[in-house]
Amino acid sequence: MSEKIRVIVAKPGLDGHDRGAKVIARAFRDAGFEVIYTGLRQTPEQVVHAALQEDADVVGLSVLSGAHMTLCPRIMDLMKKERLDDVMVVVGGIIPDQDIPKLKECGVAQVFQPGASTEDIVAYVRQNVRKK
Amino acid sequence: MAKDVSDRVGKGVERTGPFTTVSGVPIERLYTPEDIPDLDYEKDLGDPGQPPYTRGIYPTMYRGKHWTMRQFSGFGTAADTNERFQYLLKHGQDGLSVAFHLPTLMGLDSDDPMSEGEVGKCGVAIDSLADMETLFKGIPLDKISTSMTTNAPATILWSMYLVVAEKQGAHWKKLRGTIQNDILKEYIAQKTYIFPPRPSMKLIVDTFEFGSKHVPQWNTISISGYHIREAGSTALQELAFTLYDGIEYIEWARRSGLDVDEFAPRLSFFFNAHNDLFEEIAKYRAARKIWYKIVTERFHCKNPRSAILRFHTQTAGCSLTAQQPYNNIVRTAIQALAAVLGGTQSLHTNSLDETLALPTEHAAGIALRTQQILAHESGITNTADPLGGSYFVERLTLDMEKGCWDYFERLDAMGGMVAAIEKGFPQREINDASYEYQKAIERKEKIIVGVNEFVMDEEPPIDTLLIDESVTGRQVEQLRKLRETRDNGRVRQTLEALREAAATHNVNMMPSILDCVRAYTTLGEICATLRSVYGVYEEPIF
Repeated sequence: MSEKIRVIVAKPGLDGHDRGAKVIARAFRDAGFEVIYTGLRQTPEQVVHAALQEDADVVGLSVLSGAHMTLCPRIMDLMKKERLDDVMVVVGGIIPDQDIPKLKECGVAQVFQPGASTEDIVAYVRQNVRKK
Repeated sequence: MAKDVSDRVGKGVERTGPFTTVSGVPIERLYTPEDIPDLDYEKDLGDPGQPPYTRGIYPTMYRGKHWTMRQFSGFGTAADTNERFQYLLKHGQDGLSVAFHLPTLMGLDSDDPMSEGEVGKCGVAIDSLADMETLFKGIPLDKISTSMTTNAPATILWSMYLVVAEKQGAHWKKLRGTIQNDILKEYIAQKTYIFPPRPSMKLIVDTFEFGSKHVPQWNTISISGYHIREAGSTALQELAFTLYDGIEYIEWARRSGLDVDEFAPRLSFFFNAHNDLFEEIAKYRAARKIWYKIVTERFHCKNPRSAILRFHTQTAGCSLTAQQPYNNIVRTAIQALAAVLGGTQSLHTNSLDETLALPTEHAAGIALRTQQILAHESGITNTADPLGGSYFVERLTLDMEKGCWDYFERLDAMGGMVAAIEKGFPQREINDASYEYQKAIERKEKIIVGVNEFVMDEEPPIDTLLIDESVTGRQVEQLRKLRETRDNGRVRQTLEALREAAATHNVNMMPSILDCVRAYTTLGEICATLRSVYGVYEEPIF
């Protein structure tokens, strides 16, 4: 894989807990990925627009506000509408076990819960990203 | 401070280490009188209740009265949270502490498109005075003390509380409580800001002025390190940035013409309690001493009460693990122990399930019981500052102080905290520390039980609190009815007066906000008007 993996790290939801998003953005950078961090309080439309504009391979969503079951399905719908089906979406944050199957059903590739290591997340992305 | 004690105590065999605090500070094998050669009892410690207050702010400490057990709670609608408040008061909690949902914290009504999915999730939904009346139904406001965690819209939520008191017939002079109202740590760490720094600082100074005249027992700010630590700072950074935020608030208030001795006694603080017991205790002890020096030496205050640092503590949410969550009860107990040994005035202990969701009633009950066990069973409340004079604790306390003065010098050179925030300095320091900590965990230099060691493959599930999705519907419906039934002409008038006041230089905003609230103008409407005058803050991306 010669070209760099391009990742959008996005923070939808109203909360400002960006510790996880910033740590993972830096871990991706250290792993040699091209990382674009969107900043806080991105609407689903803004996230998908960034994915489109930046020609992303991966979108990493960080949600800690409890609104993931509203925001993630909406983002996945918009991704499909924009024909971004080949972009891998991973989610991290405070996501209860019972919500994981539902998120995967709507197209989220993987969910990382509290305690996940950045090494595991980087390895997952490397192994599963589909380069265009 | 490295010294060789091996000739005295033998080389011995040690584990590989590193022997560092949770913040990465190296710790020696042994501390002896040689580590504190210049410690002067009167100058560095003082008896409890005496300057520089290192050993505590009251002569009797917990022999006089225990700390206030104050559990932060709020979820769903105001009626849901009122029920939880009644439960906590019935079980021996002394004060209330309100958690608002994110739309309220961001100045948005529950029916705003941005609020979708967030209503009642992380706290209670408060859109107008009507919700605040429900929240405190049956709770006499002149009899209890209430803390409200709100920052950007603090003036508005405080106004709602004051108007509820007015309607209950409770005199403002009798009200006790705290609004967090600390916007600097929002730009630095927690990021629930609305307006840019300058108008935000002005609103805060307005509350200092209004409070000292009309609500004299109210803490108009709780200068908070909690969120700085949760965002990943070290203990030293938490302390240094928080105390410097205190300096910045005094500077701004003084520049607007307030007498420091008038409002400084109402400044209160809020710190984190993380896992590293002694580092935390040193942090609290150093905090009191440094604040005493700041207020007397930098600001030349005459009122002795201005120089006394009172603080609330919350155990570290970021230290809790989703894995083997019952272990969190033990972590919280150790952290609470640190807070009490450090002389806290009030305490919130986190519930075991808080990395997964808001706490269940059962989990919240265990958290409160943890404090009661410390207060009534552990014996640590029998004497003030039981660790005073420990070579180790005194050395750590002095190092913590020295580290703070070094940070203060750098912040002074940048032109103060607002300027430092605009340069991204505290934000970058915290980002670096949090990344370093994560890497240390992944290298297993730091062991987190159940996460990177002593892992269980299969864990039994635990029950968590689910916020039922019907909350949004109920809240939005109430809001719709309110907008229909209130006097909308009056609402428009109050908003127009508010806009004028905001656009006028040097007018205290509290009276016009109170008028808006009395007319049932919503929080979202008030904030929209203020945004139209003040603008909004966009964080530079570092």
